[in-house]
Amino acid sequence: MRKSKAVAVVMAAASTAVFAAACGSSNSSGDGSSVDWSKVTTLTSSGPHSMSALVQAAESEGQLNVITLPSNWANYGTIMKDFTAKYHIHITDAIPEGSSGQELQAVEREKGQSRAPDVVDVGTPFAVEGAGKNLWAPYKVQTWNNIPAVAKDANGDYYGDYGGYVAIGYDPSKVKVPPTSFKSLTNPAYKNMIGLNNSPTTAGAAFAAVYAAALANGGSYGNITPGIQFFAHLKKIGNFVPTAIGGPSTVQNGTTPILVWWDYLLASEVKPVVPGFKIVIPSDSTFASYYDQAISATAPDPAAARLWEEYLFSTTGQNLWLQGFARPIELSTLVKNGTVDKAAYDALPPAPSGTLTFPTDAQNATAENVVTQDWAKDVG
Amino acid sequence: MAEVAPAAAASEVQASGARPGRVSGIVRAALRWAGVLPFGAYVALGLAAPTVAIAISAFQDSNTNAATLSNMDAAVHGTYFTGLQNSIELSIVCAVVPGIFGLLVAYAIFTAKRGSALRRVVVTASGVFANFGGVPLAFLFIASLSTTGVVTGWLKDISSADIWNPSALYNVNGIFLAYLYFQVPLMVLIILPALEGLRPAWREAAQNMGASTWQYWRYVGGPVLLPSFLGCLLLLFGSSFSAYATAEALTGGTVALTSVQIGALLNGNVIAAQENLGYALALIMIVIIVIVMVIYTVLQRRAARWLR
Repeated sequence: MRKSKAVAVVMAAASTAVFAAACGSSNSSGDGSSVDWSKVTTLTSSGPHSMSALVQAAESEGQLNVITLPSNWANYGTIMKDFTAKYHIHITDAIPEGSSGQELQAVEREKGQSRAPDVVDVGTPFAVEGAGKNLWAPYKVQTWNNIPAVAKDANGDYYGDYGGYVAIGYDPSKVKVPPTSFKSLTNPAYKNMIGLNNSPTTAGAAFAAVYAAALANGGSYGNITPGIQFFAHLKKIGNFVPTAIGGPSTVQNGTTPILVWWDYLLASEVKPVVPGFKIVIPSDSTFASYYDQAISATAPDPAAARLWEEYLFSTTGQNLWLQGFARPIELSTLVKNGTVDKAAYDALPPAPSGTLTFPTDAQNATAENVVTQDWAKDVG
Repeated sequence: MAEVAPAAAASEVQASGARPGRVSGIVRAALRWAGVLPFGAYVALGLAAPTVAIAISAFQDSNTNAATLSNMDAAVHGTYFTGLQNSIELSIVCAVVPGIFGLLVAYAIFTAKRGSALRRVVVTASGVFANFGGVPLAFLFIASLSTTGVVTGWLKDISSADIWNPSALYNVNGIFLAYLYFQVPLMVLIILPALEGLRPAWREAAQNMGASTWQYWRYVGGPVLLPSFLGCLLLLFGSSFSAYATAEALTGGTVALTSVQIGALLNGNVIAAQENLGYALALIMIVIIVIVMVIYTVLQRRAARWLR
């Protein structure tokens, strides 16, 4: 393992050097394109900043460094393969099972190296943190206006890509009364049945579940405490099983036949292995969250990074996410234009009506601290 | 060991006193130390450098890198203070109970015939179990003892009364139970050499002078074994103090433990921009472990008097 990795790194370094040399020579031979793509913030319909110029520049870079993209997550395996096939750009995916925190650490630590991440896919708090540290290069994709204003940074530092709603999944063979809402989870029939995927102090999904429970119990984006109280109550009456390894296996073996998680992960990870598995968006709470894309300000492959974003926010990229059960951020535009992949769209529980809202960064930060301080104290 | 080396070196120099030349002596000394160079480099890169990095980060703001005491302040208040308390308490219990239990098991196989099958099986199995931990261990307990667990099923079959409440698995008792799983075999492995240091001749001598079993343990065996035993307890303390994944997987953060909190701060997907608070907690853990190791070294030195 170790050895082959070292060889790969050397080869990657060598190939990057070759490409760098190739780029250098092509520029000096004078094809008129001395564009510094790391400074380009949006494309123009023609000229040196056009889509075709970007494709050309990205193809001559020939390399894209992504990080923490599991191939079975939100269809990323197919997305990466399709991108490589289309543009002949090799993708290196560092630490596929890593976390948002590790993505930021990698951008900071590997600055200036050819293997440093070009693009990241991070939870919103981390996108905000990165923007505060000036880690991102602002960029607005061609479909910028289709991304809801609440889901993007006005400057273009980061932008929502895909996500979903907090949902309740259950195995009907073990759960006789279908749960419909957070309030319904207090039913004594659900003793030792309800789980989260992980600790809300660690996992974004579990944190969102607590936030959603707060909204269902008189809380608000500014007040997550009722959500903590709700799970404390579930624990007290014996319904909540606080294991941190909630997922397909704990649903299958009956440890947590009811799992509160993202709708798209329940659909992509649990449903295929649990016959008849049902997913509902709780009637008393709508809590959505989207991951964010951002381009590293010090990306070693600045053109490929921008082309990757253009690709992800194209109709093709958006539908590929949808095929992985993740709701792409431009979904409503796809539906309106009739370009949505109908089968994939119908596989998800219907989206709740109403416009998307999110906690502000400040509300989110407050909620994080409250959960961190109170979760063990109140629920334990 | 360290203080033995110069003495040995001196006697060696005396023995080869006939050989002249100061330079060759220096070369020889350098060669002798060259042997520890790889280890020295390993310690410097693997232990000293990260420790210094942690110590520096602990006193810097996570965003601006400005010098600050706020990380340390947060680390000793609120849930992080509770975490330290819980970690220390849990580690003490998870050292003493498996320590005593492991000593009894080790004594049982020590008295078994040397080289017997039982003894070999127990020692080998201990080596395996002592290294079993993390999420697989947590899943093993969940698969056995949760609501739908295999063992829970058996217990229901043999008794109509509720003798096992599966929800007990997901709190500090569950962590204790899971830690026993690797702490007891670890104790067996580390206390066995000390037991083997108890020479049969001492016991025979005591018996010849009319000592009862109690008197032998009170005045001979016990005092000889005590420093080793306490030293082993400290190792067990360190082992459970630093354990992380099992507790996290079993309790989902509902039990505040420092190691789990550091994980949430450094690798989590929820708490952003507080990495250096994680380093502050790590620094506190390092200080506690250093204190434990100093005590351990002192005890080992005492124990070594009898185990030569």
